[in-house]
Amino acid sequence: MSDNHVSRRRVLATGAAGVGTALAGCGGGSGSGGSGGDTIKIGVLEDRSGNFSLVGTPKWRASKLAVEEINDNGGIMGQQIELFDPDPQSDNQRYQQLTERLIQQEDVDALWAGYSSATREAIRPIIDREDQLYFYTTQYEGGVADKNVFCMGSTARQQLGSVVPYMIENFGTDIYTIAADYNFGQLSADWVKVIAQENGASVNNEEFIPLSNQNFGSTISNIQEADPDFVMAILVGNNHSSFWNQRTSAGLDIPMGTSTVMAQSYQHKRLEAPALQDVYGGFNYMEEIPTDRNEDYVSRYYDRFPDAGYANQESVNNYFSMYMYKEAVEEAGTTDQEAVRDVLEGGMEVTGDQSPEGDISLQGPVHHMTHNMRVMRCDAEHNITVEDERQIPEQFLSETVGIDLSGEDSELERQFTPTEYYDAAGE
Amino acid sequence: MTSGFGATGLLTPLIIGDVLGALDSIGVPVVQLLQMADSIAFITLAAIGLTVIFGMMGVINLAHGEFIMMGAYITTLSVNVVGLPLPVAMVLGALGTAAFGAIIERTIVRRLYGRLLDSMIVTFGLGLILTQGTRIIFGNSLQSIGTPFGEVPGYTYSAYRVLLLFAAIAVLGGAYLVFTRTEFGIQARATIQDAETARAMGVDTDRMYTVTFAIGSGLAGLTGALYAPSATIVPGMGQSFLVESFVTVVTGGSTVLLGTTLAGGVLGTIDAIFSNLYGNFIGQIALLLTAIIVIRLLPDGLTGLAHTVRDKLGERQ
Repeated sequence: MSDNHVSRRRVLATGAAGVGTALAGCGGGSGSGGSGGDTIKIGVLEDRSGNFSLVGTPKWRASKLAVEEINDNGGIMGQQIELFDPDPQSDNQRYQQLTERLIQQEDVDALWAGYSSATREAIRPIIDREDQLYFYTTQYEGGVADKNVFCMGSTARQQLGSVVPYMIENFGTDIYTIAADYNFGQLSADWVKVIAQENGASVNNEEFIPLSNQNFGSTISNIQEADPDFVMAILVGNNHSSFWNQRTSAGLDIPMGTSTVMAQSYQHKRLEAPALQDVYGGFNYMEEIPTDRNEDYVSRYYDRFPDAGYANQESVNNYFSMYMYKEAVEEAGTTDQEAVRDVLEGGMEVTGDQSPEGDISLQGPVHHMTHNMRVMRCDAEHNITVEDERQIPEQFLSETVGIDLSGEDSELERQFTPTEYYDAAGE
Repeated sequence: MTSGFGATGLLTPLIIGDVLGALDSIGVPVVQLLQMADSIAFITLAAIGLTVIFGMMGVINLAHGEFIMMGAYITTLSVNVVGLPLPVAMVLGALGTAAFGAIIERTIVRRLYGRLLDSMIVTFGLGLILTQGTRIIFGNSLQSIGTPFGEVPGYTYSAYRVLLLFAAIAVLGGAYLVFTRTEFGIQARATIQDAETARAMGVDTDRMYTVTFAIGSGLAGLTGALYAPSATIVPGMGQSFLVESFVTVVTGGSTVLLGTTLAGGVLGTIDAIFSNLYGNFIGQIALLLTAIIVIRLLPDGLTGLAHTVRDKLGERQ
């Protein structure tokens, strides 16, 4: 209780000063001085309120499920996990405050945090200043090469590399891209161009749509006028979900590929059929994957959280990465972050019930996952079927840029973008 | 009631399809016109409740978006949970939000008349409470209801979105009649202009304030109800109406209902043309730039210009 009291006063004081990171200098006295205690301390910052709560809540639930399962089975090396999981409320300033607090006051051994790339970039300077072992579990634009950050989600290149070639093969080479108008959407649109070029297709139209936009009349008639073979719809957030109802009621029936819709915020469950008819997504996970292993996971998830709406793509990343961390700590024989990082950088396999999407592996030198990518199709009744399935590794950092965080690049703390390496991107 | 939609669905395609086809064949840009109808409807309906609450009563209601959200939630829940037909659910959405508005006026807003900045802070807080309260009670998202009517015959455009233009015109016309042609409307305007004198003339000013605020809230709720079949139903959905609504009311100027009509028409047309040519992002910028230019050149808004023109024509009353 006294901890809460202190932190609340601190938050208030910070608010009054109007400075997000003013806490930096005053955390020193309160740290408990290393985590040699009898519990392993883990911080999980996932949004349960605010703009990202729809996608953040399943992530928090899956982390909690994994922690409870591990604790019920004897913990990590016989030590119980102590979970610190305040709600960051989709607010990046609050994320910064809580990240400082979890590192300096709670002295967490590992941290999971954040849905959006903006959040990750807001806290990454703190992570790097404190050399905190950090897992980022959202699918994202890719390219983060940071000695402290392990990216568990599939990258845009992995997701689009799964669905774009499938769409080209089945529907044709004339592509129309609509994408959310911010960092992630623009980089994803660049990847569509790169992958299209690699597969003999081309993006002939491109529109970037502000995140606040929810009226798609002109977008829909522009698509109809251009009449492409298929559309890549990299739409993000609640406002953009309105696109699907409007598309269907406007009678636009051109097939659409996506890397964002359905798997994250389960539009196919929330919108009335047939809004998502003939939408094809490239994902590492949706709860409908018809394997015994996954069905078992889904029933564990809903048994624990009967009110849950969906087990989304990100949630499963939170789940398997908790188990991966456990394995790494047990192999290292310590929670010392340097030692755990060394084990992770040697590469890990995540198999069995720990990985509902199928067997996957960590590419140690680049801190990214080789994922089991599937092309998932939504039909007129909003049933999901698997159309294609293959293992796709992270390629951009490992092959194109050529990064080795376990060796020569062990001090790197930056993000690479495709425009630096491909002519097709950024044109 | 739902069968009513079916009946119009059978009749209208023949007529509308023929008319649009004929227009298209003589070179009228039909798609752009549909887009324009959609934009004007959105901007006008976004502003309509605020027209009364901010434009007439002078309360900066930053919870306006949340009132719209409430109308959409009541409508969606009435269809999905209770099983009511969509038109009935929409009426409920408007009435429910009006009732909520009446309660808020009696308990909170009443104390804030003439305190512009205070009303901003209080209604901002109210908006936060409504958004988060909705999230706690109903979760992060509701199952949406499908959009009725399908596409405009012959065009890739949602017929429902275009028909909302007629709803917008009907709502504006109705509000105009209520506030200018009925005894209630005259008393309400008298109350807001000079409460003391109105009271001296025997008007129950307390009641006038409550009813006027309830009407404004109800109109916001109606907007939410009308957009419920076409939007994503989430607690934060009201935010996307907020910018358009304030910009429209401010651009419109002092004669609020006329102003909203003029501003909705001008801003909607600009938004549609630029969205169509250069995409949504440029459309939004063009809309805001237009508003800035209008306010810069015409400090009293579009209706200020209308008054000046009228005065110059020597029709001063």
